[in-house]
Amino acid sequence: MNQRKILEEKLFKFLSGFAAYSLIAILAFIIVIIFLKGFNSLSWEMIFKTPKGGYYYGGEGGVLNAIIGSLYIALGATFIAILIGMPAALYINVHLIRQKRTQNTIRYFLDALWGIPSIVYGAFGFTLMLYLGMNASLLAGIITVALLITPIVVRTFDEVLNTIPIGLHEAGLALGSTKAETGFKILFKQGFPGFITSVLLAFGRGIGDAASVLFTAGYTDLIPVNLDEPAATLPLAIFFQLGSPIPEVRERAFAAAAILTIIILIISLGARIISKRYSKSNIK
Amino acid sequence: MIETMEQANTEVNSDTSILKVHNLNVHAGEHHIIKNINLEIPKNKITVLLGPSGCGKTTLLKCMNKLTDLYKELKVSGNIYIEDDDILNTSTNLPVLRQKMGLLSQRPFPLPVSIFKNVAYGLKLKGIRDKKLINYSVEKHLRETGLWNEVKDRLHDPATSLSIGQQQRLCLARGLAVKPRIILADEPTSSLDPTSSKIIENRFRDLKKQYTIILVTHVLRQAVRLADNVVFMYYGEIIEQGKPEDLFNNPETEKLRKYMLDGN
Repeated sequence: MNQRKILEEKLFKFLSGFAAYSLIAILAFIIVIIFLKGFNSLSWEMIFKTPKGGYYYGGEGGVLNAIIGSLYIALGATFIAILIGMPAALYINVHLIRQKRTQNTIRYFLDALWGIPSIVYGAFGFTLMLYLGMNASLLAGIITVALLITPIVVRTFDEVLNTIPIGLHEAGLALGSTKAETGFKILFKQGFPGFITSVLLAFGRGIGDAASVLFTAGYTDLIPVNLDEPAATLPLAIFFQLGSPIPEVRERAFAAAAILTIIILIISLGARIISKRYSKSNIK
Repeated sequence: MIETMEQANTEVNSDTSILKVHNLNVHAGEHHIIKNINLEIPKNKITVLLGPSGCGKTTLLKCMNKLTDLYKELKVSGNIYIEDDDILNTSTNLPVLRQKMGLLSQRPFPLPVSIFKNVAYGLKLKGIRDKKLINYSVEKHLRETGLWNEVKDRLHDPATSLSIGQQQRLCLARGLAVKPRIILADEPTSSLDPTSSKIIENRFRDLKKQYTIILVTHVLRQAVRLADNVVFMYYGEIIEQGKPEDLFNNPETEKLRKYMLDGN
């Protein structure tokens, strides 16, 4: 190699490495800032207690209501999104395999749905809720967040299925599987690690989104026990506390943000372990 | 002695054909990739579809188990009869039709499960639940493909942990487990090393006693080694067909003569 090529290689290595490590540095920076700012308020009480009277003025209590509410909404919405997303993605890739134009039209609409800001889903969910005569509730929140994350689930599942080699598809059919058997028994298994990642992506978006639940899930200091009761969420808990003039309450907002971050980190880690365990038989 | 008896045996079956192709045409948009092909595949023989890459061999093979359904651009017309059943034009039960044929593709595609489950997969599709029968059948077909001794202690390891040559034999065992009549082999040794290729070729010689084998290849020497019946294709047409000794000793066309020269 001549001198110029060696220099080019070095420069390329430096630039790509710099980009990769700076992303990690940014993540670390965010986590450190959140934890530093919220450290004083971060306590077991914060995690395991609901707000007591005067909590938002610096009184006693915690954000358990918002933790539980967020988990309910994100889990419920992710469940619905998988229920719709999995068959839809399989349909696009198994049944529509010969119809590239239909496939691409559907993908175009899903991409558009993915790009719609969450406040629009919030407004839509709010309208739907009023039309159905519902109140701001856990159910309305779950439905709205499900609308928000279903396109993500379908499109990412779709991308996963799309990368599965056609030879595996052919192998399944040639053995005498029906399209459904090929889809569920072979392609699903092959795509499983990818699906875990997409579910995680959808869950993360669902649990972290404030705008879609602002009008639909409401806010309450209690833990919801029924679908028709309002539910608090962590993003809104952060939002409300961050707007407070009292420094102690603002600090609690950062503590709540830290809790939200920890939940996402734990789920990420869990998903990685699961997907690793189930991907060992997959063809590369 | 035994060999000559076997040869005599297969000679007896030679007049019966198991699969007939009649006026088959395949278009992909503007391209006419299979041009009015007529062909009879003799039972319990190895028929080699020989020809350069892109001459339509694989497409012809995929017409036979209707995997052409997966490709929108392909328009298939004509008839393919398997035991007098016109598979292209009647509403055939596809899973049943495809189970009459085992497919071996250019590179192995093991299912994303264990070695054992790969072979058991087709049996379970057939509704077989009896564990003893499944165990027996898995062992039988792994033996049939010469894989048993290599994998018997790690049947529950992922199929992907096998070498690529072993994977291809696993795919063969998996295909045999559904009890096909015909084995469709699409350049099955093209991604394998010479040793693994030889094992597959030897298996084919044994397997033709029970199965009809249709082997797609562009390797002339493989055709010479294995074929009972050769079909030479060139740009979607059958140029010559017949017994290998006739075809290769006295090629009638310039195309085959040239292909043989290039191949050697």
